[in-house]
Amino acid sequence: MLHTVNKSPFEKNSLETCLRLANDKSSIILIEDGVYGALKNTSIEATIIDAQKNYKIYVLGPDLKARGLDKNSLITNIEIVDYNKFVKLAVENDKIQNWL
Amino acid sequence: MDDQIESGIVKKFLYINRRAPHGTIYAHEALEVVLIGAAFEQDVSLAFIDDGVFQLKKDQDTSDIHTKNFSKIYKALEMYDVEKLFVEKESLDKRGLTEDDLSVDVKVINSSEMKKLITDSEVMFNF
Repeated sequence: MLHTVNKSPFEKNSLETCLRLANDKSSIILIEDGVYGALKNTSIEATIIDAQKNYKIYVLGPDLKARGLDKNSLITNIEIVDYNKFVKLAVENDKIQNWL
Repeated sequence: MDDQIESGIVKKFLYINRRAPHGTIYAHEALEVVLIGAAFEQDVSLAFIDDGVFQLKKDQDTSDIHTKNFSKIYKALEMYDVEKLFVEKESLDKRGLTEDDLSVDVKVINSSEMKKLITDSEVMFNF
């Protein structure tokens, strides 16, 4: 299953709930304000690194760029994807759950 | 109100920004209100707290999400005599940011100082 998270983890608990309830081997893509969850040196970095043991985490490139962020700002092994790859992920997964 | 403005009463205005840019309209709307307020020659300060600190992140480029890149307006605030920008250090720390990550000159202050800034303000606008 593919999970999308579009809220900042510093303002809403969408990402936290996603990580609590997503099945192992799920993919998670951080989009819109959700991309802030991919930043390194934050108060939630350890939680994200721990979650990477169970989930593949992606982040949407255009939303990063809009916010002045790039790969140097991110936790390692979070993959930056473009719109085409996002669509591909949506098609490849049997279901999509959006944590709004 | 008109009489007060004409007679030159100046109040301490504080615009409190707590939302990230782009995901919602709050940050952009706050700037619109700040620019309108700037025309009334008040004592204006801006505070950036919580996700509001992300508004000032350097190198924002919205070309790929096709929205207006209003982050450039922060650099122009000086021209409207809006020069007092305060950023809460605790909010930066929590988000892995430092003053060097910001696009404009700001004063980084701690929570106690932010508390005083809010206490000493006379009119607050919240976004």
